[in-house]
Amino acid sequence: MIDNIWLVPLLPLLGFLINGIFGRKLGKNLVSWIGCGSVGLSFLISVKVFFELLSLPAEQRIFEKIVFPWIYSGFFKVNISFLLDPLSGVMLLVVTGVGFLIHVYSVGYMYEDNGFSRFFSFLNLFIFSMLMLVLANNFLLLYLGWEAVGLCSYLLIGFWYEKKSASDAAKKAFIVNRIGDFGFALGVMLIFWTFGGLNYTEVFQQAPSILVAGGGLVTAITLLLFMGAVGKSAQIPLYVWLPDAMEGPTPVSALIHAATMVTAGVYMMARCHILYELAPFTLGLVAVIGAVTAIYTASIAMVQNDIKRVLAYSTISQLGYMFLGCGVGAFAAGIFHLMTHAFFKALLFLGAGSVMHALSGELNMQKMGGLKGKIPVTFWTVFAAVLAISGIPLFSGFFSKDEILWKAFSQGNLLLWLIGVICAGMTAFYMFRLLFLTFFGKSRVDESIKSHIHESPKIMTVPLMILAILSVLGGYVGIPKSLGGGNNFEHFLSSVFGEKEMIIHHSAFTEYIVMIISIGVALAGIFFAYRFYISKPELPKSLAEKYNFPYRVLLNKYYVDEFYFKIIVNPLLKFATFLWQFIDIRIIDGTANGLAGMVNWFGGIGRKIQTGYVRNYALGMVLGVILVLAYFILK
Amino acid sequence: MSEYILTLLVFIPVAGALLLLLVNGSNAGLLKSLAFMVSLLNFILSLYLYFNFDSLNPGFQFEINRVWIQNFGISYHLGVDGISLFLVLLTTLLSAIAILSSWSAIKEKVKEYMVTMLLLEAGMIGVFVSLDLFLFYVFWEGMLIPMYFLIGIWGGPRKVYATIKFVLFTMLGSIFMLVAILVLYFMNYNYTGQYSFNFTEILQLPIPLNAQVWLFFAFALAFAIKVPMFPFHTWLPDAHVEAPTAGSVLLAGVLLKMGTYGFLRFCLPLFPNAFMDMIPLFSILAVIGIIYGALVSTMQKDIKSLVAFSSVSHLGFVMLGLFALNMQGIQGGVLQMINHGISTGALFLIVGMIYERRHTRMIEDYGGIARVVPIFSIFFMIVALSSIGLPGTNGFVGEFLILLGAFNSRIIYAVLGAIGIILAAVYMLWMLQRVLFQTIKNEENKKLLDLNLREIIILIPIILLIFWIGFYPQPLLSKMEPAVKNLLEYVEQKSDSITSSSGECDKICEKAEESSITKEK
Repeated sequence: MIDNIWLVPLLPLLGFLINGIFGRKLGKNLVSWIGCGSVGLSFLISVKVFFELLSLPAEQRIFEKIVFPWIYSGFFKVNISFLLDPLSGVMLLVVTGVGFLIHVYSVGYMYEDNGFSRFFSFLNLFIFSMLMLVLANNFLLLYLGWEAVGLCSYLLIGFWYEKKSASDAAKKAFIVNRIGDFGFALGVMLIFWTFGGLNYTEVFQQAPSILVAGGGLVTAITLLLFMGAVGKSAQIPLYVWLPDAMEGPTPVSALIHAATMVTAGVYMMARCHILYELAPFTLGLVAVIGAVTAIYTASIAMVQNDIKRVLAYSTISQLGYMFLGCGVGAFAAGIFHLMTHAFFKALLFLGAGSVMHALSGELNMQKMGGLKGKIPVTFWTVFAAVLAISGIPLFSGFFSKDEILWKAFSQGNLLLWLIGVICAGMTAFYMFRLLFLTFFGKSRVDESIKSHIHESPKIMTVPLMILAILSVLGGYVGIPKSLGGGNNFEHFLSSVFGEKEMIIHHSAFTEYIVMIISIGVALAGIFFAYRFYISKPELPKSLAEKYNFPYRVLLNKYYVDEFYFKIIVNPLLKFATFLWQFIDIRIIDGTANGLAGMVNWFGGIGRKIQTGYVRNYALGMVLGVILVLAYFILK
Repeated sequence: MSEYILTLLVFIPVAGALLLLLVNGSNAGLLKSLAFMVSLLNFILSLYLYFNFDSLNPGFQFEINRVWIQNFGISYHLGVDGISLFLVLLTTLLSAIAILSSWSAIKEKVKEYMVTMLLLEAGMIGVFVSLDLFLFYVFWEGMLIPMYFLIGIWGGPRKVYATIKFVLFTMLGSIFMLVAILVLYFMNYNYTGQYSFNFTEILQLPIPLNAQVWLFFAFALAFAIKVPMFPFHTWLPDAHVEAPTAGSVLLAGVLLKMGTYGFLRFCLPLFPNAFMDMIPLFSILAVIGIIYGALVSTMQKDIKSLVAFSSVSHLGFVMLGLFALNMQGIQGGVLQMINHGISTGALFLIVGMIYERRHTRMIEDYGGIARVVPIFSIFFMIVALSSIGLPGTNGFVGEFLILLGAFNSRIIYAVLGAIGIILAAVYMLWMLQRVLFQTIKNEENKKLLDLNLREIIILIPIILLIFWIGFYPQPLLSKMEPAVKNLLEYVEQKSDSITSSSGECDKICEKAEESSITKEK
């Protein structure tokens, strides 16, 4: 099977083509079978391939497959070819597995929508693009997937294109991503310029000998690639597209935020860890940007009232953790958190979708409340996800987040660790705030909707339950040694990242203390959320009034969108208008038309001589004769 | 067959045009069908070139070299290599598509229109296959005439202004080129004692450095106007806006490529030293064109002039690639010529289709039509995305190779050029949003009809090409590679030999000047 790895991306591509071209004629049932079936099959193949990979000895777990030559020009040679190793194996499972559950859920969620077949074809295309990104064995094919997921997000965020906000958000997502891709593309070119090739194996094998560790070249390469990651994984300063991305249907948010797209940046850095490890400056920057993004967006998430918006900012914040992990060199921990996050964030978004489904599309958490008993499956599954993301022991998020924090701490980055810990407390606060506002307390639902609140159908709740199980148990593949586990996940990835000889300055005791601190902070976050939204529900309002200015700043997301508009978008449009109206029409075209006008003017003068009167011509002749004669006489 | 195939390609459209003259002007249906059949036949014939092209041969193929006017050393010399092959194919394909696209748009003077189109096709193919400078010049100028009529008769409200501007701009450049061709002709006489316009013979001339610069500029001006490079581009938006759809398709698709092709075919091998000296100047102009074209494009209110300015940006990419003067840059440049022909040609077709329905090209008149005309919108999206170089489409392969080539020669040009890729997304997606998406404001748009079968048939080959070149450009690249490699090696040798023996060359130059003066007397 491993030799037929190309089937994994091919199936969703076929699904996209069939549903995209014939979807309208096929009927909804067939469309959903093709849409889900293609990804489901991909998932099964991925599982099979994964176990085949697992059965090999650790050092042989790398497999390359050239499908066909893509672009050959002189010594520039790039193939459509795939690479399977533990890293891409894990990513394959996450993308196809979580992706498949989202597909199934969408059958129920989107059933009434007119664009049903269009939706499924785009979903398939999204999975295909992400698989190309993950499976590529060279930077150019990675770039293909990289841009293609950008396209898919454009298509899906703008799915309800008749809403201006949706089409704005789609355009914004694509353009902001392209700004990142600009850096990424230059990074790819610089890699080619340096190594004369774009294949991973070629580049990574030569890297230590060609590049000087900490030198300018490797720093430039990694920074340029990082620029792409900042765009794709929505970090400061290019994060602005992600919160708007929730304009798309909810399953799309789940797909973008969990299984695909935003994880690409983390994956790419993990893939290029050899380069990043040679560039300490870039790594430091990655860690700082990750940490700052994490706490910055967590602060925004604490006051938002739109349930999807809270989740969107929480995604950016969690991605910040992953960047922090990569930045401190703990790539395996970053990927570990990527995986557990995929489970619980997909669950949270799909759960939010289920809440919206129950409340006829309501998004404002101030108009929810008391839903616990009315939609129990949604409640319990979302509850599991909230526990996981808040880092409560025994749930998946605890293991992966703690792994990152521990790595940051053990390497002596105390400030980054502290930010991470505070952010963990904030995460617990806003997630429980979401939980309490939505499911607990008194119902604040509009009367008109109240009567028909209902649980979602099985096709939506079963994926929720599966994801809930994964959110709870997903962390057990990576229990750290100090807690009696084998840290299997990191061990499995070690053939990619190398077995790191972590110098243990710290005893297991320190590790326990660090762990207990972060648990304590998380519990404190939950306590505050409980106090604010359950025991004293009037408290938030009075606080908001008392600290009006900071509250407004947070609520308005630090006015960053407005700021970007003022200093980038508007000046650019003004400049473009100036170029067009002044430089092009006045100066350049003006010169051309002016020259023509001058010729015309000269012609006009010349024409006056051509009067048509014989006497004038005779006069001219006489004058001419006199002049000629004068010339000869006076010579 | 293989000796006469190029002659056939040039003269079948002429014969077709003559045939049309015999048909009664009122029988529009027959005229259209005949014209289409002729262009289709020509396209099918041109495929013969593709399938019989020897990928390993770097030189000219399907060559025919006959004496035409012996006294003046004018020959009938035609041939294609890996560089011109695809431009010929592009021309035959787009001509057939353009004729098919005029089916319902042209209602007046159908006979004259179709005759003009066929003559235009002949002229365009002639330019790409001529290997004699005189013959080349004849086609280069001759092709202006049908284009002049095309815009001047079947154009929009400001057609007279646009036509005169187009012709004057082009003529301005061509005059200098004609002078330069004559200088080369006399130089060749002095060097060999033979009068000849034959390109392959003139290529042997070791032209001294200072003469190279002057001659280069004389050729370059003609080509730069045609491309058009910034700041010679202002004729283009006017011509496009006023031209009928088919005129725009061929103008953008084929005519502009004559400029870039000219740089590659004539300027580079004839004047290699001057070409190399001018790399900074032309690269900077190319980069300015890329960014400037994209920015100005952003603010356009008319879809057609938006696409026209985007052409300035795209052709800037092509020029950047050619002046990178390495394998990736030039291959990318040639490929991008084809890509631009396909994608921008298709954009004009699409704009034409919607214009036929609503009789407006203003962006603000549309909005939300994706709901009413879904098939149209899908095609529009695909073509627009290929135009902005999305990976997986043709545009990406060309642009990436160009930027890679530029990166390998001077990094800064690649960095600046890559900004154009961001801006492309800005103007294209913003336009798509305002035309296709959001809600319908204008009641009239609710009655729009979706594409009919003929229109779908026109667009399907384009869509297939977009993805074919995007995912598997190898058949094109491998045919181009030997010719480009050969050209690069040739240029390197020649430029070295001229630099090392510049003293001797100066004499030739002086003699040439003297003799040309005596000849005039």
